[in-house]
Amino acid sequence: MRKRSIVPIVYILFLMLPIYWLVTMSFKTTNEILGGFTPWPQSFTLDNYRKIFNDPTWYMGYVASIEYVAINTVLSVAVALPAAYAFSRYRFLGDKHMFFWLLTNRMAPAAVFALPFYQLYSAVGLFDTPWAVALSHTLFNIPLAVWILEGFMSGVPKELDETAYVDGYSFPRFFIKIFIPTIAAGIGVACFFCFMFSWVEMLLAKTLTAVAAKPIAALMTKTASTSGYELGLLAAAGTLTLIPGAVVIYFVRNYIAKGFALGRV
Amino acid sequence: MNKTVNQKAWFLVLPVFLFVAFNAIIPLMTVVNYSVQETFGNNIFSWSGVQWFQDTLQSDRFHASLGRQLMFTAIILAIEIPLGLAIALAMPRKGPWVSVCLVLMALPLLIPWNVVGSMWNVFALPEIGLMGRGLNALGFDFNYTRQPGDAWFTIVLMDVWHWTSLVVLLCYAGLVAIPNDYYQAAKIDGASAWAVFRFIQLPKLKRVLTIAILLRFMDSFMIYTEVQVLTGGGPGSSTTFLSIDLFKVALGQFDLGPAGAMSIIYFLIILAMSWVFYTLMMRNEAK
Repeated sequence: MRKRSIVPIVYILFLMLPIYWLVTMSFKTTNEILGGFTPWPQSFTLDNYRKIFNDPTWYMGYVASIEYVAINTVLSVAVALPAAYAFSRYRFLGDKHMFFWLLTNRMAPAAVFALPFYQLYSAVGLFDTPWAVALSHTLFNIPLAVWILEGFMSGVPKELDETAYVDGYSFPRFFIKIFIPTIAAGIGVACFFCFMFSWVEMLLAKTLTAVAAKPIAALMTKTASTSGYELGLLAAAGTLTLIPGAVVIYFVRNYIAKGFALGRV
Repeated sequence: MNKTVNQKAWFLVLPVFLFVAFNAIIPLMTVVNYSVQETFGNNIFSWSGVQWFQDTLQSDRFHASLGRQLMFTAIILAIEIPLGLAIALAMPRKGPWVSVCLVLMALPLLIPWNVVGSMWNVFALPEIGLMGRGLNALGFDFNYTRQPGDAWFTIVLMDVWHWTSLVVLLCYAGLVAIPNDYYQAAKIDGASAWAVFRFIQLPKLKRVLTIAILLRFMDSFMIYTEVQVLTGGGPGSSTTFLSIDLFKVALGQFDLGPAGAMSIIYFLIILAMSWVFYTLMMRNEAK
């Protein structure tokens, strides 16, 4: 048993190395970074972080990111819930085709959709708003949420529904009062995955925003190009984007794997 | 679960259908539209039939980026699937360390993709990055901005870093779901560790492995942001994968016709391959 645990330890060390490098760089001055190789900060500085928190164009990037991720998560899960119920409980015309069609949207390369999305959202007047990004991310998040929720719902015995109907519950009341609390874990997992994929996706987020709704991670490209090569600032901004992910993982740690298996383990 | 036939269930699916249709069908129609027309700007379009499709399918540039794409996907599947499985097998099944392991392993999955790219960009820089500097100190002549081989190595390593955890998490979930009785029965029979793996664990993991391969196939075939930020498709065009090439054609040169045709061919390839995996998965599920 002892010997075997070497493998995960080595793997985790490998995972942590680039992260370590990013975090140490964020505490270095640009001169130190470009001046040569130092394994840890020689002159420890918080200037990079100070700059981010004092400049609205930077910290508003965070607000924009959180905004569209939140809109997307709520929207995706809300419309996916009834659909997933339908797929898990009923057979209807075209159900299997519809289910596969949904999955195909999870496969759609963002590069294919970027230009048409730009035109579509400009045409409806949503360009450069969090709504454009949130709506465009529903393309892959709604199918994902439907899949995950369907997996969890299929694990709930049908007798639960039938008993409730016999007891005189109407469908909406049953759904809200009984069914949703029963699959709360599944909803949590679906939210997590919507959060995750909306948070990490950058191609569409970048294409659909200009100034007002630019996500934080996309601002990093700006530092790299316009204001010289400010690696320290870049690293600090990157480090800050790790935090929301780390926080949400902690809450769903016991369900992550089940969610990745689309609720089908 | 046996399901009842109920056509009214369509009303429950309708919102999803509308959202996805708005997002998927309108843009796809735009792409189809471009792919069969010629444009000289000023919104003047003329019919060009299957011209762009022929051009794309015969162009050396498309063949080259498709080849690179297939090669990349094959390499990362060949590394990530066995590696992920091995790590999952070596992980502890219970105890306080499990949560720590899972949280740390999932961390790379939640980093915005362009941050992943920039992170590896500086990490691998030959003069100031930990990895680049380290490799050069060990006597390798490593410079990913100049040598195509090194660029490939860095991209593959980055993808392994980024996504192997997904395979680990899936396999781990599958392994935990195997009832203890199986292992006890194997112990009584005096089965070797290999036999346990081959005849108990592997068959039980079939479903999660199919999902892992499906997800890794799709996502590696669509990879854009990380590579774009890390190497920008270079040096030369040695790491220009399909999405990067497509983006260059569509937004760099505004060649909408060829870009449209390329998009459709690209999408059809992913669709066909995924359909194969999906059918396999559903067949497993039916059993």
